[in-house]
Amino acid sequence: MQLSLSDVQKVAKLSRLKLSDEEQARYVDQIGQILNYVELLNEVDTDGIEPMAHAAELTNVFRDDVRKESLERSDALSNAPKSDGKYFLVPQILEGA
Amino acid sequence: MSLTGKTATELLQLQQQGDVTAVELTQAYLDRVQKYDSQVQAYLGVDTAGALQAADEVDRKRKAGESLGLLAGLPIAIKDNLCVKGWNATCSSRMLHNFQSPYNAHVIERLNSEDAILLGRTNLDEFAMGSSCENSAFQKTFNPWNLETAPGGSSGGSAAAVAAEMAVVSLGSDTGGSIRQPASFCGIVGLKPTYGRVSRYGLIAFASSLDQIGPFAHNMTDAALLFQTISGHDGRDSTSVDAPVPDVLSTLEQPLSGLRVGVVPEHFSEGLHTEVADAVRNAIDVYRQLGATITEIELPHTRYGVAAYYVIAPCEASSNLARYDGVHYGHRAENFGNLVEMYEASRGEGFGDEVKRRIMVGTYALSSGYYDAYYLKAMKVRRKIAADYATAFHNVDVILTPTTPTPAFRLGDLVSDPLQMYLNDIYTIGANLAGLPGISLPCGMSSDGLPIGLQLLAPAFEEERLLRAARMFEKETDWHLKRPVLE
Repeated sequence: MQLSLSDVQKVAKLSRLKLSDEEQARYVDQIGQILNYVELLNEVDTDGIEPMAHAAELTNVFRDDVRKESLERSDALSNAPKSDGKYFLVPQILEGA
Repeated sequence: MSLTGKTATELLQLQQQGDVTAVELTQAYLDRVQKYDSQVQAYLGVDTAGALQAADEVDRKRKAGESLGLLAGLPIAIKDNLCVKGWNATCSSRMLHNFQSPYNAHVIERLNSEDAILLGRTNLDEFAMGSSCENSAFQKTFNPWNLETAPGGSSGGSAAAVAAEMAVVSLGSDTGGSIRQPASFCGIVGLKPTYGRVSRYGLIAFASSLDQIGPFAHNMTDAALLFQTISGHDGRDSTSVDAPVPDVLSTLEQPLSGLRVGVVPEHFSEGLHTEVADAVRNAIDVYRQLGATITEIELPHTRYGVAAYYVIAPCEASSNLARYDGVHYGHRAENFGNLVEMYEASRGEGFGDEVKRRIMVGTYALSSGYYDAYYLKAMKVRRKIAADYATAFHNVDVILTPTTPTPAFRLGDLVSDPLQMYLNDIYTIGANLAGLPGISLPCGMSSDGLPIGLQLLAPAFEEERLLRAARMFEKETDWHLKRPVLE
């Protein structure tokens, strides 16, 4: 698997990661190597094998739909980079709003 | 012997006899941290005031004749990816450098209700991704046995803290070997419980189908004690399994008669350090002399474990770490244009190299056109790996392997070669993929004076068997009594 610079840039975009030119160049090599290594999986015949998503393989776990205590608003906002005490603040996303 | 050289069991007894108070004990550990942690750098933060206050409360309760918990007065270190209310929880990441936990993890509630003393937060590879602690954004941790070597990772700080007697026991988390590998490098006991045995509520997620919290200790009794106190069902983690927790402490000293030990011949072939191979072979002899039957078994898909893991874990990580958006908590960049650029800049600045690499690998493997070839394929191989273990456990009670291919490597040696670093996990990863309990215990020393670890694996929810089998070896040997000397 040969990874190109544009592959890395596309994946960085999907990952919402801003990368420096140096990082992009390095990841072309390193991620390419990792993907090459995991090609090893193709040696395994997995026809008819159910994928195993989870170690415990539990079925859905439900709880009663009752109100419980949760974090206070002030606690929930206490680590926010920007808040007005009531809401998380983000940059404007709608033009003319 | 100094107080900090003792085991948890001995320290509990000394307090009960009135020979030492919890405050004196806590102060002894704080003094040791003060004296030696500048060399080892196991701790990211020490809560001196909180620890002494908690110790004072234990002493007050004891004096008043009130009942005390199972861990009363024991100074414990906590990996810094577990939430302790009022403490920072940084995951050794710039992303969370100022994050303060608004609540306690389930395991922290358990420790508090058993009257443990929480000493401080220990270093890790950023977001638990790594095998050396070198991926920490804040500091390196040095192996107390040789300060030029790695303590292992990702729970290297918790392992080094116990090895250097700067905590009597500690908590770590294990996603691909992150408890067992550092335990092996630092010459102590590290237990990864069965997946679902310990609630992950309040453990900052890395790869949710693999992560499990577990104890570090100097010996099996202390590991059993901590395991027993943190285990059990918790409705706040929907993967927490509602199964009774065995009383592992009461049966620990009973040897398993007719024990069948499985060994995998391929484990002793390429890539295994000769001194590690010798130490593990000696361990096999110890079991043989104890009357165990040694059976050769096959785990034909073991060699695909690392590849399956390094698809599955990054996929889950890329999803779990999507929450770091610079909005709710964590780092937000100063300079950006629109909202998407705020995400990109915040994440680009907040995450370190290895974390970015894994998010990228996971995103790639989950992206349109590649999902089947990578993620789905890896999940199918995962089932075959799990099936290998299930088959093997028809014929054996435990599986015995080296914990790591080599003793502790030198700091810096693998930093620029992520793939080589990943191969450190070759013996430990299977237990995470299959959800099995695994333990590493000291079984030898290299000619360079570095500890060597032995790994035992058991079927899911058979921690009692695992600990008893491990205790049989420990009783016959004195590797677990060896301690590093710090100047």
